Amino acid sequence: MEKLLNELPSSDIPAYNIKSDVGIDVKIPESLRRNLALGLPSIAESDLLRHFTNLSRENYALSTGFYPLGSCTMKYNPLINERISKNEAFTLIHPYQPIESVQGTLEIMYEFGRDLCELTGMDYFSLQQAAGAHGEFAGLLMIAEYFKSVNQVRTKIIVPDSAHGTNPSSAFFAGFDIVHLESEVDGSISPRKLKEILTKEVAAIMLTVPNTLGVFEKSILEISKIVHENGSLLYYDGANLNALMGIVRPGDMGFDIMHINLHKTFAAPHGGGGPGSGPVGVKAFLEPFLPIPRIEKNKYSEFVLNYKKSESIGRLKAFFGNFLIILRSYIYIKALGAEGLKNVSERAVLNANYMLARFKNRINVPAGDRCMHEFVLSLKLLLKNNIRTLDVSKRLLDYGFYAPTIYFPLIVEEAMMIEPTETESKEMLDDFIDVLIKIIFEEAVLEPQKLNEAPINMNIKRLNEVEAARKPILRWK
Amino acid sequence: MINIPQNLKYTKTHEWVKIDGNRAKIGITDFAQHEITDIVHVELPEMYRQVKKSQSVSVIESVKSAFDIYTPLSGKIIGVNNAVLENPEIVNQSPYENGYLFLIEFIDTKELDDLLDVDDYKKLI
Repeated sequence: MEKLLNELPSSDIPAYNIKSDVGIDVKIPESLRRNLALGLPSIAESDLLRHFTNLSRENYALSTGFYPLGSCTMKYNPLINERISKNEAFTLIHPYQPIESVQGTLEIMYEFGRDLCELTGMDYFSLQQAAGAHGEFAGLLMIAEYFKSVNQVRTKIIVPDSAHGTNPSSAFFAGFDIVHLESEVDGSISPRKLKEILTKEVAAIMLTVPNTLGVFEKSILEISKIVHENGSLLYYDGANLNALMGIVRPGDMGFDIMHINLHKTFAAPHGGGGPGSGPVGVKAFLEPFLPIPRIEKNKYSEFVLNYKKSESIGRLKAFFGNFLIILRSYIYIKALGAEGLKNVSERAVLNANYMLARFKNRINVPAGDRCMHEFVLSLKLLLKNNIRTLDVSKRLLDYGFYAPTIYFPLIVEEAMMIEPTETESKEMLDDFIDVLIKIIFEEAVLEPQKLNEAPINMNIKRLNEVEAARKPILRWK
Repeated sequence: MINIPQNLKYTKTHEWVKIDGNRAKIGITDFAQHEITDIVHVELPEMYRQVKKSQSVSVIESVKSAFDIYTPLSGKIIGVNNAVLENPEIVNQSPYENGYLFLIEFIDTKELDDLLDVDDYKKLI
C-alpha cells in the first residue's frame, strides 16, 4: 500500500530551495512573526512524483479495464471531448461577462437543447440542472406547478418498485406522497395493476424505459393512454435512454416530461470526473414552468436570456448550468451525428445480448433471454454453497475486472446487473464471461472458501462492510 | 430455521404485532431480519406521533439497502426502543424481544382482523 504523504520519509533538507527576495515588512509586530520553520513535509521531488504516480496506478478506470457496472453506464468518454472543452475559449469565460461577448457559448447551449428535442421528441429543454436527480426534482416541481395552474389538487406520484431510488426521493422532496407500484417478474408494468391505484389524486407516474431489468416497456402506449385519460402526466427517467437513440423517442411514446443524465447517454465524465448535468425536457404545454433564465433567440438572431417567465419554477442553480459538461455532450452528438448515435444504441444492445446469450440456460435470468442495453442475473443458485453475489463480485476483482452492480434492482434476489456499453470488443466480453462462468461453475463448487475470502490478490482484502457502517472511522489518525 | 412464535400476529410486510389490551408492540420478523441481512442503522418514529395504518413510520438500513417499516395499526406511538439506535445488530440477534421497534396505543380494533396468524404468515414466506 502506498503511504500517505505525511508518512513518507522527511528530512531536514528541503526538497526545493527558493531564495526569497521579499523582505519582512517591519510593520508586523514581533509577537505575530513566525520564528519557527513552516512545518511542511520535506520530500524530495522524485519521491513526491513517485508517490502520486503510484497512487494513480491504484485507480481502476475505463482507461485501465472493463467496467460493466449495470445501471450506471460506464461509457467511454472520448478524449477529443476533453481536449476541446479544455480550450481557453471555453475555460476563461465568466458567467458575468456581457451577454454580447458569450454569444457562441449560448448558441452551443441553444443548439444542444434543440438536438436533445430532436432525439427525444420533446419540445423544450432546460440545461440548468446540475445532475440527473436534480433534473428529476425540477421535473416534479414543474408537475406540481402545472396542476396548480389548472386548479387541480394532485398529491401523489406512482413509482414502480423496480425504479431507481432517486425517483421516490425526488418526488418526496418536491412535496408529493409516493405510491409504490408492484412490477412484474421482468420489471415491466401491468396496465391492470396500474389502473387499480390510478386515482384522481395521482399527478404523475415515473417510468424508466427500458426498465432496470433491461426490458423495453411493451405496454407503454396503453399505459400512456390510461395515465392521460386519468388527467395524470407521464414522466420519463432518462437513465436508460442510451438504449433507444435513433430508434424510438420518449415524446412519441407519450411522455410529457423527462430528464437525461448526460454522463450516461452522452458520454460526459461520470461522477468524480467532474460536475454532472441533468437536462429536463418537456412537451410544449409545460414550457412556461421551465427554470429561468431561458436561452432564446430573438428576431435579430441574437441569443438572449429570458428571465420574464411568470409561471416558471424559478432558478435551480447559479448561472446557466455546468457548461463544460454540456459542451462535452454537444461535441459527442456533433461528432457522431444521427447515424452514429443510432449505432451507439444498437451496439450497446447487441453487446448486452451477446453476453446474455452466453449465460442463457446456465444462469437464472428473471427477465428472459432478450434484453436491451443491460441485463440482470440472479445468482441465487449459489446460496446452497453458502456463496452470495457479493462473493462472486469480489472474486472478479482478483481477475482484474471491475465488478458489476449487485443487489439492484431490489426485486431480483441475489442480483448481478451487467451493462457492457457499446465500445467493448467481442474479445473483452468473452474474457469477462469466461471468468464469470469459471467462478460460478468451478470455483464456487470446488473452492467456495476462496470466494468467501476474495479478493485475495488485491492490495486491500475483504472489507468488513457491516462494521464500516456500524462503527465508521471517519478521519485518518 | 426461521423462528415464528405462536403468540404473535403478523403482516404481509413482515412486521410482527404483540397485542396487550389497547396497546401493541411491533417489530420485524425473524424472516425479515434474515432477508435484510446485517442491519447498520434504524430510524424510529417520533414519540406521541399519530400514525395511520400502513403508513411508513420507521426505516431499517442494511449494507444492502434501506427498508420502510409500516405500522399495521392506527393510533399513537407511546414507546420506542432506543437501544436499537445505538446497537442496530440487536434487531438481527433478537427480533422478537430486545430488538422490537415501537409501542402503539391503537384506536381501531377492527384493524386487528387484517393481521395474519402464524399459519397464514408461514404460507406467505
